[in-house]
Amino acid sequence: MNWPSEQLVASLTAMLQGVVILVGVVLLGAVLTVVERRLLGLWQDRYGPNRVGPFGSLQLVADLIKILFKEDWIPPFADRPLFVLAPVIAMASLLLSFIIIPITPGWGVSDWHIGLLFFLAMAGINVYSVLLGGWSSGNKYALLGAMRASAQTLSYEVFMGLSLMGVVAMAGTFNMREIVDAQQGLWFVVPQFFGFVTFLVAGIAVTHRAPFDQPEAEQELADGYHVEYSSMKFGMFFIGEYVGMVLISTLIVTLFFGGWHGPWLPPIVWFALKTGAFLVLFMLLRAAMPRPRYDQVMSFGWKFCLPLTLINLLVTGAVILIADPL
Amino acid sequence: MSTETPTAEHVVTDDPIIGALRQRFGDHALLVQPTLTGMPVLWIARDSLEEVLRFLRDMPEPFEMLYDLSAIDERLRAHRHGLPEADFTVFYHLLSISRNRDVMLKVALHEDDLALPSVISLYPNANWYEREVWDMFGIAFRGHPHLTRILMPPTWQGHPLRKEHGARATEFDPYTLTVEGQGIEQRALQFKPEEWGMRRENENTEFMFLNLGPNHPSAHGAFRLVLQLDGEEIVDCVPDIGYHHRGAEKMGERQSWHSYIPYTDRIDYTGGVMNNYPYILAVEKLAGIEVTERAKVIRVMMAEMFRISSHLLFLGTYLQDLGAMSPVFFTFTDRQKAYEVIEAITGFRMHPAWYRIGGTAMDLPRGWDTLVQGFLDWMPKRLREYERAMMDNAIVRERTRHIAAFTTREALSWGVTGPNLRATGCDFDLRKQRPYGGYEHFDFEVPLGSHGDAFDRGQLRIEEMRQSLRIIQQCVDHMPAGDYKADHPLTTPPPRERMLQHIETLITHFLQVSWGPVLEPGESMAMIEATKGINSYYLTSDGNTMSYRTRIRTPSFPHLQQIPSVMRGGFVPDLIAHLGSIDFVMADVDR
Repeated sequence: MNWPSEQLVASLTAMLQGVVILVGVVLLGAVLTVVERRLLGLWQDRYGPNRVGPFGSLQLVADLIKILFKEDWIPPFADRPLFVLAPVIAMASLLLSFIIIPITPGWGVSDWHIGLLFFLAMAGINVYSVLLGGWSSGNKYALLGAMRASAQTLSYEVFMGLSLMGVVAMAGTFNMREIVDAQQGLWFVVPQFFGFVTFLVAGIAVTHRAPFDQPEAEQELADGYHVEYSSMKFGMFFIGEYVGMVLISTLIVTLFFGGWHGPWLPPIVWFALKTGAFLVLFMLLRAAMPRPRYDQVMSFGWKFCLPLTLINLLVTGAVILIADPL
Repeated sequence: MSTETPTAEHVVTDDPIIGALRQRFGDHALLVQPTLTGMPVLWIARDSLEEVLRFLRDMPEPFEMLYDLSAIDERLRAHRHGLPEADFTVFYHLLSISRNRDVMLKVALHEDDLALPSVISLYPNANWYEREVWDMFGIAFRGHPHLTRILMPPTWQGHPLRKEHGARATEFDPYTLTVEGQGIEQRALQFKPEEWGMRRENENTEFMFLNLGPNHPSAHGAFRLVLQLDGEEIVDCVPDIGYHHRGAEKMGERQSWHSYIPYTDRIDYTGGVMNNYPYILAVEKLAGIEVTERAKVIRVMMAEMFRISSHLLFLGTYLQDLGAMSPVFFTFTDRQKAYEVIEAITGFRMHPAWYRIGGTAMDLPRGWDTLVQGFLDWMPKRLREYERAMMDNAIVRERTRHIAAFTTREALSWGVTGPNLRATGCDFDLRKQRPYGGYEHFDFEVPLGSHGDAFDRGQLRIEEMRQSLRIIQQCVDHMPAGDYKADHPLTTPPPRERMLQHIETLITHFLQVSWGPVLEPGESMAMIEATKGINSYYLTSDGNTMSYRTRIRTPSFPHLQQIPSVMRGGFVPDLIAHLGSIDFVMADVDR
């Protein structure tokens, strides 16, 4: 028997990959907080943070030091266990979702045949973080934020799952790698354009980014559900939001834009470029859009997006049946 | 001693309204006081107050608006020859849009019986004004539903605008606040729904009472609103003001006519010299100064610069309140361009205190016209961009169309003026209706809205900026030559070039800068179309270096009072949209 055995090497490599992806995603989330501020500055004719280090490159370090050393205050009127649990759920549920993302042919944490369903489950759990955080804070603004968050996320998750079913039907699998491979000829964004659009909308809503930032709505609820959080607990919500953006971007790339596929450049570069484009789109939306009222958000979800996904799914199913009768 | 000797052109003693009132209530029912206010000032008996007000409100071409209501402590006033005996006077300033005329009613009160009937049933906006009079003077209003302090803290002792109340910090013991005292103050501010006739629950729902402010991102300053919520629906709300009160009216009674000018800048702190304008005009009426053409045009130009600057601030924050993050940075860039011009001309940015009794502080600097022209060339394309990017945006429209809408009639009954009134379609702009300071020579239009909703209030201000640019362009093209200060002994300070030549001017200069100018006894008032609505100063001179009473009527005060009447049944985000569309600053409310 050789030592180390092939099996051991394989599992060590897989573990290493998992750790690298985990750390990479968290770091990317943190870096994005600064990148977003610089980009917003660029679009808004101002500088953004440019004082710490060359071109503000060390701003992230300064922010981290600050947030780590802030007083971690738990309000005396808060429900302690839930208050502490909420940010953990926020971060963990999103990070766990990265298990299913195939980055390149060789890179990825795990290759499950339930793939996509796992993400939908984690997205469902993620609602609890906002709900519990808002409820346990014992603050009226936080409560209103939590109320909005649960209403919005529930409505949008209904068609979030449905918007992906077209892709699943065309690829014939929930497995993410197989979905990517099924797009070698044609990216799914073309036949599943409406699926892509509705998933994008739902993805923004589920990560509550502008213009679907109802649960936070600074101008109305003064930061909503995380108004009582400080220090790293706030940091986890904060970084969690960016991790959510990364997750939705990678999912869009994987499901609709052919994952790592692309000519000339190595797969990892293609994956990074496509993901980056969607991350910038997220930020651009925040810079450009006003915020609709939350009942308007609701009716947009139920009256427009949901019927659209249903029709999309119906047509997809019909086309598949006609093209390839059982 | 004959005291009331105002110049004849301003004094109103024969107005159709005087005849109508005499006909209805008899010759002895009223006494006409000659003043420089430009309107009939009529003393009436307390008992007939309600009847007279009702008559004026319901007559053909009625007085639709209770424009102002306040009081004067008359006890130390030396020059009140020919006026009814009074320790305190309460005045009611009514405005008629249809007649484009005003009338002021005065009621004399004696110290041992300081009470009046409340007129809320006739003019709903009397509510806050009566509370203010109670707070400041201790005059009670019978039948008022909630006669409590409005500007001072609930724990305050005394009535600040009474003459026996100190005006300087040195007249008081040093301020201290113990932990215990802080607790008392905070408990006093706690909202008790029962005191406002609100129920904590009904059959179906337990209401949530939400404290919005005094520190809230969208409260535009220290402004508190207590919301009674059913879910996110606003069942009722109670605005609470006074957190920004600095006693500007009281300060007017201890600053010389000249040295009060910087205080006016800080009333509507986004309006800069626009605040100097009504004060200076009122003082010049008292002094009998006619300013030069050049000074007039300079004043108009700078006032319009500040109107644009204020409206830009409005536009940025209004859109930000709707959740759009970027516009405020762009409008601040534009404001910076405006401030570069303002700074070059006045030497200051936000609070130049640049108008002077009889003119302006300085002449325009060399090259001013190139600077101003640069700004005029910059702005139009930016305004187009704001319209295309934001006002045409579907989300902005969804958020503001039919939100917090009110009719002209409602607006008038609440004392709403300025762009908010014109958004309802009411064509009333003082620059057109009652031109002051030379506005009659300018060619511009008065933009009007039609729905009176939050959208119209935003769109209209963009239009107003265009018209202001037009006015400024005309100032640049036709700036008259001549002096920037009037040739008049009361011009303060007198022109320096002359002071260096003549001993008489030097003495005047010395007196006016040290003591301040002495104005003849009399009362005057000037109203202007300020950035946020009609702003006016009602000055009472007792022949001294200081004002006897300075009444500052600001537009934001009634605008906030109106909030509950339009917000009932709306959602919290609608309230935020409305707050953004009102365009108020708390300094303009609390003074």
